[in-house]
Amino acid sequence: MLKLRFFASIREKLGQGSLDVRAAPDVVDVASLVRHLDAGPMPGCAATLLADNSLVAINRQLASPSTSVEDGDEIAFYPPVTGG
Amino acid sequence: MSALPEVEIRIGGIDVGVEHDALLASTPGAGACVLFTGAVRGEGGLGALEALELEHYPGMAEESIASVVAEARTRWSVGAVRVIHRVGRLLPGELIVLVGVASAHRAEAFAAAEFVMDYLKTRAPIWKKEIGSGAERWIECRERDADAAARWIGQHTPTGESA
Repeated sequence: MLKLRFFASIREKLGQGSLDVRAAPDVVDVASLVRHLDAGPMPGCAATLLADNSLVAINRQLASPSTSVEDGDEIAFYPPVTGG
Repeated sequence: MSALPEVEIRIGGIDVGVEHDALLASTPGAGACVLFTGAVRGEGGLGALEALELEHYPGMAEESIASVVAEARTRWSVGAVRVIHRVGRLLPGELIVLVGVASAHRAEAFAAAEFVMDYLKTRAPIWKKEIGSGAERWIECRERDADAAARWIGQHTPTGESA
């Protein structure tokens, strides 16, 4: 299972803060995960998740669309940070 | 020694005096303590600000701030460090963040506190939303925050020989 999390403006655009999805053979990295989501449980999400200013973290470490995804990973998508 | 965690993300308010005293008390040989606080401004992009809503990525926000503090420790010799970042709904005038550093001399405390604050703003997964005038909007990240963090790259640390 992959544990997806969405934060701030991305959470609001998608209308959900988290989603658990079963790992699939066609999901090898972040980009293919997004294509899998877009074609399945979250139609239209790719434009938001792969937007130029969207960030992704895997297991709480900053990642990129080409970073490998493995079963059990926690994958978070979020906009540029504005804390402090 | 204080049992306070070095990094804390919480809803509750910040008592600056208590934090100051704890930083000094936890730092043997301390001769300086620098405290930075950031507060909610009364105005934003929507005009008069009613409130800020802060959201964070639990776990990663704490870890990323802790890594910034660890990096500061490799650059400067400092004693106790404390970072508190509030989340939830905050009103104008309320504190959002505190960065405190105690050290033997002031140069290290000033530099480390500024470094932690600059990097916190560009790395910690925390987001602010402005609420006011019947509207709300997520604050956009600012280039000058990235510039503030970038100026530390390759910079030598001060020797801090003065008191």
